[in-house]
Amino acid sequence: MSEKEYTPKSKAGKWLNDRLPLLTLGAHLTDYPTPKNLNYWWTFGGILTFCLITQIVTGIVLAMHYVAHADLAFASVEHIMRDVNYGWLIRYIHSNGASMFFLAVYIHIFRSLFYGSYKSPREVIWIIGLMIYLLMMAAAFMGYVLPWGQMSFWGATVITNLFSAIPLVGDSITTWLWGAYSVDNPTLNRFFSLHYLIPFLILGLVVLHIWALHVPGNNNPVGIDIKKPSKDTVPFHPYITIKDAFALLVFMIIFAGFVFFTPNVLGHSDNYIPANPLVTPAHIVPEWYLLPFYAILRSVPDKLGGVILMFSAIFILFVLPWLDTSKVRSAVFRPIYRQFFWILVIDVLILGYVGAMPAEGVYLVLARVGTIYYFLHFIVVMPVVGYLEKTDPIPMSISEPVLSGGAEPSIARKVNEKV
Amino acid sequence: MSKEEKKVNRRDFLFTASYTVGAVGVGAVIWPMIDQMNPDKAQQALATTEVDISNIEPGKSITVLWRGKPVFLKRRTPEEIAEARAVNMDDLPDPQMDEERVKEGKDEWLVMLGVCTHLGCVPLKDKGDFNGWFCPCHGSHYDVSGRIRKGPAPTNMEIPKFEFVDSNTIKIG
Repeated sequence: MSEKEYTPKSKAGKWLNDRLPLLTLGAHLTDYPTPKNLNYWWTFGGILTFCLITQIVTGIVLAMHYVAHADLAFASVEHIMRDVNYGWLIRYIHSNGASMFFLAVYIHIFRSLFYGSYKSPREVIWIIGLMIYLLMMAAAFMGYVLPWGQMSFWGATVITNLFSAIPLVGDSITTWLWGAYSVDNPTLNRFFSLHYLIPFLILGLVVLHIWALHVPGNNNPVGIDIKKPSKDTVPFHPYITIKDAFALLVFMIIFAGFVFFTPNVLGHSDNYIPANPLVTPAHIVPEWYLLPFYAILRSVPDKLGGVILMFSAIFILFVLPWLDTSKVRSAVFRPIYRQFFWILVIDVLILGYVGAMPAEGVYLVLARVGTIYYFLHFIVVMPVVGYLEKTDPIPMSISEPVLSGGAEPSIARKVNEKV
Repeated sequence: MSKEEKKVNRRDFLFTASYTVGAVGVGAVIWPMIDQMNPDKAQQALATTEVDISNIEPGKSITVLWRGKPVFLKRRTPEEIAEARAVNMDDLPDPQMDEERVKEGKDEWLVMLGVCTHLGCVPLKDKGDFNGWFCPCHGSHYDVSGRIRKGPAPTNMEIPKFEFVDSNTIKIG
């Protein structure tokens, strides 16, 4: 990082900074040179930080009133909703907050896919981000179990049973996860413990994610390397902070819309029925943010195969930086990849839709086609398109397309001419 | 030169020995941390359940809870037993004779875990294409002997350990 040496103005500040350079860190974060062309798709990092803090704060409050016991959990959630002062508000913020968190993270991930933010030299940022995403899914799943309603119980049963597909040791692992011979009180207890732990693990990874980001600096919509600081950058504060703040306000309006007007629209009414180990609800469906993976799981008529494919769908993203063979980062200059990108977006949306539908007839066919395309995109399309595609000329600097009204061929260089 | 080499070897030995002892120590501490998650004594104590079966009419079934899981006890009619035994083994994804799934001489009593072997849902009785059970979660069909016939479940519904204490009582577990 190339900022000039920072010296605190006050004596006390200098005293502290000599012993723990917190003020230097603060100055770094304030002055951090940021590409001046960042669009609103880049505001979701800040929005996600807000989501994480919201979940932690509301979660700590909920834990003051919640009882993690199979006989009491359901009643204690109703107690929060009816008796605790503003309990309904805090719980609805927490439960809808999970959905908003995933909405933001999916936009964040697809932004990365479009603008090639996962590519060299930002692979580590991408991988840490995926680890955060995995932990988010674990936290969301365990959190959903805590109210101990029908969906909680049967969701927990189905998901923990995924591990029973592992040959030889599967059943022992499932029993170990449960701490019983079925999903039961020990399961609820440990899920609560882990649900409380995971957000702080995420917080730690977020620090690493931002640290890794601040080494190469932000990618940008043009996707080219820029000099920092230069006429292509602006200081993080106030330029990016104000843009982030505006986007956050819009995001909070949508968030508040869910919390105050349709707090249950993203949930399932079955979860207002207390858990009953003797009756499975007719339609077990996970929360919307897990539906595409659920569709992949169900598209395979084999237990182990389905589980393997579902986990592969996530883990394939970890090697994405090496599957993409294109040197050009931003899809703005990749006419072919850009189209495949949108096909992938549609594909994932379709998988999400069929994940919510019964696994039969046309839905099953759609799920299978969608699953095959999902993997084809990463295994075949990305390497092949990256190799064959003739990319558009990319500008020398961010200032050029902005100041001279578009990248003119004379000043643009062609990157993708084959050697 | 040779003296120096010897010194390095001595140090290597100490390193290896230290790492080994350290690894054993870490393992000794980690194992209790892992094993504490396995079912505790209280859970294991729930391992048997006795069920009174005197009120079950032929063709009817009841569901009881054993170790937190439902167990189906079905008193089958002679027609149902005949149907289960007439099935061609080649039609079964997990071939098993009906005789292997019941106690000899007590052929009318099917006692099995009411847990779908796919992902653990409770199948619905008298549903599905094979006159047995149907799992609503991911569409597995079981026959009148609780054997998997169609769908993603890999195996037949499990028969738990059970015995007849007397003619009216079954002990599961």
